[in-house]
Amino acid sequence: MGYEVTHNEKLAPDTKLLDIRAPAVAKHIKSGQFVILRVDEKGERIPVTPIGWDSKEGTISVVIKEIGVTTRKLCALQVGEEVRDLVGPLGNPGEVKLFGKVCVIGGGVGIPVAYERAKVLKEAGNEVTAIIGARSADLLVYEEQVRKVVDHFELVTDDGSKGKKAFVTDALRNLLESGEKYDLVYAAGPGIMLKTVSETTRPYNVRTIVSLNSLMIDGTGMCGGCRVTVGGETKFTCVHGPEFDAHLVDFKEWLSRLNTYLTEERQGTNEYERVRV
Amino acid sequence: MSEVRKIQTMIPERPIRERLQSFEEVSLGFSEEQALAEASRCLQCSKPGCMTRCPIGVDVPAFISLIRSGDYSSALEKIREVNPLPSICGRFCPQEDLCSRGCWETIRYTPISVGALERFVADRSLFTEDSRQDISGAAAEVAAKSVAVIGSGPGGLTAAAELRKRGYQVVMFEALHELGGVLRYGIPEFRLPKKIVRAEIEHIRRLGVEMRTNMMMGTSETIDELFEEGFDSVIIATGAGLPKFYNVPGENLCGIYSSNEFLIRTNLMGANDFPTRSDTPVKAKGIVTVVGSRGIDSARCAIRLGAKEVNVLYGWKLVMRSDDIRRAREEGIKFQPFTQPLEFIGDDKGWVKQVKCIKTELILDKNFRKKLVPIKGTEFIQDADVVVIARGQDPNAQIAKMSSGIQVTAKSKTITVNPETYETTRKGVFAIGDVASGAGRAIDAIAEGKKVADVVSKFLA
Repeated sequence: MGYEVTHNEKLAPDTKLLDIRAPAVAKHIKSGQFVILRVDEKGERIPVTPIGWDSKEGTISVVIKEIGVTTRKLCALQVGEEVRDLVGPLGNPGEVKLFGKVCVIGGGVGIPVAYERAKVLKEAGNEVTAIIGARSADLLVYEEQVRKVVDHFELVTDDGSKGKKAFVTDALRNLLESGEKYDLVYAAGPGIMLKTVSETTRPYNVRTIVSLNSLMIDGTGMCGGCRVTVGGETKFTCVHGPEFDAHLVDFKEWLSRLNTYLTEERQGTNEYERVRV
Repeated sequence: MSEVRKIQTMIPERPIRERLQSFEEVSLGFSEEQALAEASRCLQCSKPGCMTRCPIGVDVPAFISLIRSGDYSSALEKIREVNPLPSICGRFCPQEDLCSRGCWETIRYTPISVGALERFVADRSLFTEDSRQDISGAAAEVAAKSVAVIGSGPGGLTAAAELRKRGYQVVMFEALHELGGVLRYGIPEFRLPKKIVRAEIEHIRRLGVEMRTNMMMGTSETIDELFEEGFDSVIIATGAGLPKFYNVPGENLCGIYSSNEFLIRTNLMGANDFPTRSDTPVKAKGIVTVVGSRGIDSARCAIRLGAKEVNVLYGWKLVMRSDDIRRAREEGIKFQPFTQPLEFIGDDKGWVKQVKCIKTELILDKNFRKKLVPIKGTEFIQDADVVVIARGQDPNAQIAKMSSGIQVTAKSKTITVNPETYETTRKGVFAIGDVASGAGRAIDAIAEGKKVADVVSKFLA
């Protein structure tokens, strides 16, 4: 009755790639859409953006970084075990067409999502530049996969342990300052990175699309927990997004909403660790 | 023989102090003795007003008569002939506006407590039914034709049960991980215990309805695909969906919930048991201020979740049965009628702290319609650590967006249907309930579920 894990691979000390059997999703999902899953009977519903799918096998691939309780439980699932619930695809497909020159940015756990978009943008005939970054070399995932599908590739780490010592936005700014012209910038990664990407491209008037990982419960428009102000209007990430024009997003408000449950997340993690011990 | 009671038998309730500590059901229902006493009051009218007032025509005198003779299971069978959700209707149909209002005994004394009697017989057998036993009402032979029902709320459940009883194959699809729609995620445990919802749904499953959760129809599977798979008809009963906001400044501050989100976190995700038995948290500390006429369930959840103070700010009419408004008052919830929010004010971290409000008054506009207008100079500040906005919902016709040939009304954003037959603009596809007609009560959804079952059986015949 659940959704079987068919593959579990460690990508970094705290990050895993999981393949999950979900034929209805695998058959219908398009780049940019997400799923909601619930790991077990007491689990919360969390949105996850798949980074690949195989409609023949009926599986989807997700990359999960251990942050809170749910992500820890997910990463601990062995092949053959099941995710209790999984629904999708949800949200709107991203715009994938021939733009011309595009720059795809991925930070941390957002790199695999950026990889998927870079791949389909390349297939659509675009000239693709990728900038990927992580805190340090050991947390870097999907580097080789990204490198293979793009025309130009830049790698940065916060501590300089691999690639340049910089943030992805520094690399982006350098490219823009050096006169590179992009028809589209796409970014996936931590909230604060999306905000700085938006600020970086704004003076250059480059169309910038961000994939927002808002808090949500049902993912179908019912709860409104994922609301975000876009161009002065309230939008729901689940039914109007999850991708939005970055220059219209009220990041201050969105970032504070993202942190609504910081105390509870810590409390939940402590409880999880306590019970596990 | 003892004297026949003249006035309604009191339905026992959980003591207030206990209620504040738990989500257990407040109304305890009749004991057998009380049920018999109340049943004895029924006049067994030849022209029963209760029956004509019932949107689905339950034969009230007949089932009460069976209660009197102690044949509770036959009483339940009598109700189930027309009503597939008796335990649920017995609890929160607004009987005071329906069956009890039509009761002739009202002229002399007080009406018969029909709902409490319905609940009594239904609850009594809900958990004693032998699950191996064949269910009466289930069609012996299965017709070749099949129907997909999308949405497992009261309307969808009714349509599915009724069609299955007539022998059609029925598959029900639900987007959430649990069945029941608003009965599951919306109505709190203390008004409708979830074990009751589960048991009623289990009964419908045993009739032979197949139920699939985690299916967001339109994207997980399209309506075209349903027809390709061999379904002969599709009924859309996906309900309302998008929570309405006031569109005033500050509405997206942290700590501001829609009532949908607040109730889903609490009822469906079990936030009251965070973090031991649920991973989903909810904020309900300090002063919880509920804004909107549909906020009583949220307010009563908040007080049980440990809020220090709960206020409900609303216009002039609360959308809730009077018994539950009284219970909310008993539980210490404060009400401020004729109040409208102007702005939500936050702290420097983006958390809501205050609601700026204005008092309103009721006037008749030039078409003699009641209208609330703000009174100048009556602005005031209401403190709030958490805000719940309970302004109702707009229809969520996502499914129509994803499917070809199904038109949506431009103004109300509901699916366009023929009001008599529930037919959408696509042949073989029907739509009922909030997604088709706008807001309605659970009993109205049940009534539409029955009617659409008639229409669909004719269509398939």
